[in-house]
Amino acid sequence: MRINDVILRTVARIVVFIILTFGVELFLSGHNNPGGGFIGGLVLSSAFVLLYLVNDIETVRKGIPFDFKKIAAFGVLLAVGTGFGSVLFGEHFLTQAFGHFHLPIFGITELSTVVLFEAGVALTVVGVVVTIILTISEDV
Amino acid sequence: METLITVLVGLLVTVAVYLLLSRNLIRVILGTAVLSHAAHLLLMTMGNGLKKGSAPLLGENANSYVDALPQALILTAIVISFAVTAFLLVLAYRTYKKTGTDDLHALRGFNDE
Amino acid sequence: MTITLSIFIPFLAAIFIPFIYKRIQNRHIGWFVIIVPIALFIFLASFIPSIANGSTYMHTIRWIDSAGIHFATYLDGLSLIFALLITGVGSLVILYSIYYLSERESLGRFYVYLLLFMGAMLGVVLSDNLMMLYVFWELTSISSFLLIAFWYHRKKSRYGAQKSMLITVSGGIAMLAGFIMLQSLTGSFSVREIVATIGQYTDEPLFLWAMLLVLLGAFTKSAQFPFHIWLPDAMEAPTPVSAYLHSATMVKAGIYLVARFTPIFGGEAVWFYTVSGVGLFTLLVGSFNAVKQTDLKALLAYSTVSQLGLVMSLFGLGSVALQHGYSPDSVIYTQATFAALFHLINHSTFKGALFMVVGIVDHELGTRDIRRLGGLMAFMPITFTIALIGSFSMAGLPPFNGFLSKEMFFEALVNARNLEVFSTGTVGTLFLVVAWIASVFTFVYSMIIVFQTFFGEFHPERVEKPSSEASFGMLVAPSVLAIFVVGIFFFPNVVGNYLLRPAMTAIYPSFAGAEGLVPHIKAWHGFNPALWMTIGVIILGTILYKLIKYWRGVYTIAPLRWNLDTAFNAGLTWLEGGSHFITRMYMKGYLKDYLVYIFTFFIVAVGGSILWTGSYSFDFTDNSPIAINEFLIVLAMAGAALAMIFAKSRMTAIILNGVLGYSIALLFVVFRAPDLALTQTVVETVTTALFLLCFYFLPEWKKERSARKTKIMNGIIALSAGTIVTVLALAVQGNKMFESISVYFEDAYLLAGGKNIVNTILGDFRAFDTMLEVVVLFIAGIGVFTLIKLKTGKEDKDIEDQ
Repeated sequence: MRINDVILRTVARIVVFIILTFGVELFLSGHNNPGGGFIGGLVLSSAFVLLYLVNDIETVRKGIPFDFKKIAAFGVLLAVGTGFGSVLFGEHFLTQAFGHFHLPIFGITELSTVVLFEAGVALTVVGVVVTIILTISEDV
Repeated sequence: METLITVLVGLLVTVAVYLLLSRNLIRVILGTAVLSHAAHLLLMTMGNGLKKGSAPLLGENANSYVDALPQALILTAIVISFAVTAFLLVLAYRTYKKTGTDDLHALRGFNDE
Repeated sequence: MTITLSIFIPFLAAIFIPFIYKRIQNRHIGWFVIIVPIALFIFLASFIPSIANGSTYMHTIRWIDSAGIHFATYLDGLSLIFALLITGVGSLVILYSIYYLSERESLGRFYVYLLLFMGAMLGVVLSDNLMMLYVFWELTSISSFLLIAFWYHRKKSRYGAQKSMLITVSGGIAMLAGFIMLQSLTGSFSVREIVATIGQYTDEPLFLWAMLLVLLGAFTKSAQFPFHIWLPDAMEAPTPVSAYLHSATMVKAGIYLVARFTPIFGGEAVWFYTVSGVGLFTLLVGSFNAVKQTDLKALLAYSTVSQLGLVMSLFGLGSVALQHGYSPDSVIYTQATFAALFHLINHSTFKGALFMVVGIVDHELGTRDIRRLGGLMAFMPITFTIALIGSFSMAGLPPFNGFLSKEMFFEALVNARNLEVFSTGTVGTLFLVVAWIASVFTFVYSMIIVFQTFFGEFHPERVEKPSSEASFGMLVAPSVLAIFVVGIFFFPNVVGNYLLRPAMTAIYPSFAGAEGLVPHIKAWHGFNPALWMTIGVIILGTILYKLIKYWRGVYTIAPLRWNLDTAFNAGLTWLEGGSHFITRMYMKGYLKDYLVYIFTFFIVAVGGSILWTGSYSFDFTDNSPIAINEFLIVLAMAGAALAMIFAKSRMTAIILNGVLGYSIALLFVVFRAPDLALTQTVVETVTTALFLLCFYFLPEWKKERSARKTKIMNGIIALSAGTIVTVLALAVQGNKMFESISVYFEDAYLLAGGKNIVNTILGDFRAFDTMLEVVVLFIAGIGVFTLIKLKTGKEDKDIEDQ
């Protein structure tokens, strides 16, 4: 799927970064505002898919040398692993903890283990969606 | 509003079942997609009433919020149905590549003795 | 605790075997495996003194309190005997197998199965909880299946494995039903507790059924008539397996079960008649059939069947003592049980040795057909000696341990004739005669093993390989067993006092410490009836052996040739045919038909119950108002959905599906679900892209060629399903029966520290759902990847039999 359109490529490069930023923002704001692991992950993966659509698969692969299957697997491990983390502290499986901390630059910030869990979810979504799209389009 | 949506759900289910019963593999897959749409809407109507309160974000400081539980369930369901649809699509694609047909009658595994 | 651990050690070891086998691809892997049973044997043997002093060890890991299922282990005298047999014979068998199996075999797999079996078998004898016992029981059946089918490329191996599995597992399921009945009677799965409380339930109708079902499990496992047919076919397993599973341990699980349940069911007349009757009949059938075998292993298989019958019948006879509880008169009957336990140990020693001898003969000469063998004494003096010791012990001759237990068997039968409790005067005499005849046959086949294999003339042209004595390593294990055979004869009371006494206490808890419960075993006790019977056996046996070619003809008499195997095979074929026929009636192979079943059931069941209960009352008063834009969205969706059915091209259909998806996203906005609207939009985009991607490769949409009738039928089903969903949903909305739980989640900030309620539900309150969902997503992704990447390039041909 090679599209030799300079304008499209240039625009896409900018758009991808906007989407990526938006995805991260969605992921981080998920706790208090709309967003979260799923949406963040989906938006991030759509950015990746756009990259693949606009550029050659090989080019992107050089730029992003990840195996997305492994990212997905890592995400699942992270999500399940945080569940076991609470077991180590004598809590029930998947119990999440949160607290407010005073950090130098950010001021009073809430930190929560749920972020780790959500990160696992997001990574899985990114990994799986990109894997699905990539494997199908590679099989031409 | 609830009644309207419920009737819509019934219509979607009818369409989905009709598509599922057809012989074409792609129509069957579309049927599952429509069926999950119907299920999502149905879940929505099962909550504490539609549009009664503000979005379930506590930052809104509203008096009442709409029911958040169906929303959480639907969110899960959307992603799962996406996974299932993707899988089915690829399955259909592989089946067609291997057998050269997408007609479910032609795909029948064994013959009558 | 350590006892619980000893069950797991074999399983743990089994996990590591494949890794070790990767590095050590030769027979020396056996040396790693053998550590496990030897260590366990030493560990368990260290309990002998304290168990002999009357202590027992119980350890419980609580598991499912509501169902009364716990991981409870219990070590008393009875379990100890079996545990020692399992680990002791296990060590010897593994030692033997190191030299027996060729390095070309997949040894890793073999030892994994063997360790699996060892762990399962230890689990059976050490469990106190019936559910645990059952699971381990079936695990032994499964590992036995795997071991019999070790040479799975042979058709006979597969047949034997399947047969043993079918018979023992069905027996196991019957036993499970019995266990559940016992639990519903007594309210406990613990054998200890059931023994303590069973007295008050003996009149319940379930009691008898529980007894019979448990017995069914025991009889199938211990190859009692008519379930004995699996054992000869199981001889397709490698000989170490036959020696271990099918003579020394697994087939004794049924005996263990009977012994373990004697305190529960023992006092009943039904128990007495079934156990001793079936046992004696098996003894007769087994020994009679053993004589006609020409394959040494098959002969040993039938002899095992008959010896198991002997032990079984002794347990039946011994149960009489429980009828009236303890009295100086009833103690005498416990001697049968004592003899049973004693013979159990003896049988493991001499039969194990004999199996190993047959394995050696097979290994060295390439055949185990009696007609082709003869005169091996000259080449294999040590093997011959072991075979002689084993066979003479089996025949019940002194100075071997079989003589002692056989004498006690006869004595128990003579005592049984005087029984008054069940007024068994004539029955007792019948038992005696049957047992005596069976012993004569036992004598005959024992002689066949020794004389037809090792005496006579050697015909080199009839065997596959030149003969020579087996390697030293192969002889060690049977020699050890042979030493035990002789040793136990001279020092029987060591076994009696240290092993059998605590086991007797376990079987007769009410007799604990009674005088005469553990008799002093003597080789010589004057010319009593038992001795006369033995002398008679020897005389008649010798005559029959000498004249065997004159009376072999009886085996061709028609009724004796009726075969249970044929019946079993015919039954199996009939069952297969029947289920195939029934399955073909509804498994049509069309996806549509299956969906029609599902939807029709849905329509009939749900629709029917709505009509039946008349619960279609609606209440629209609580509806929120509809704005015009919302109405338009719904209208668009309805139009798109209907158009989808009539779409002429697939592109239209996909676009219509997209319309549906995005409209739902809009509806989510209306319903104040920003998260959902976002997700739905992105997902819909990706899905549509996927559809388009796939359609690029798929053929153009063809017109449905279904008949008009089918289309109408489909339409009716679809319409009814849709209507029922609507009616059901409206009925639910109109009749709220419970308070909504959603209010709870509105404290999200306090409980989970988040202000987005939906997200706190996903990440915190119902994180389990989300976690599993992530897993599902991952599985789907892997599935897609696998489907596309792993194309079956080569057409694999199944390895079929020769």
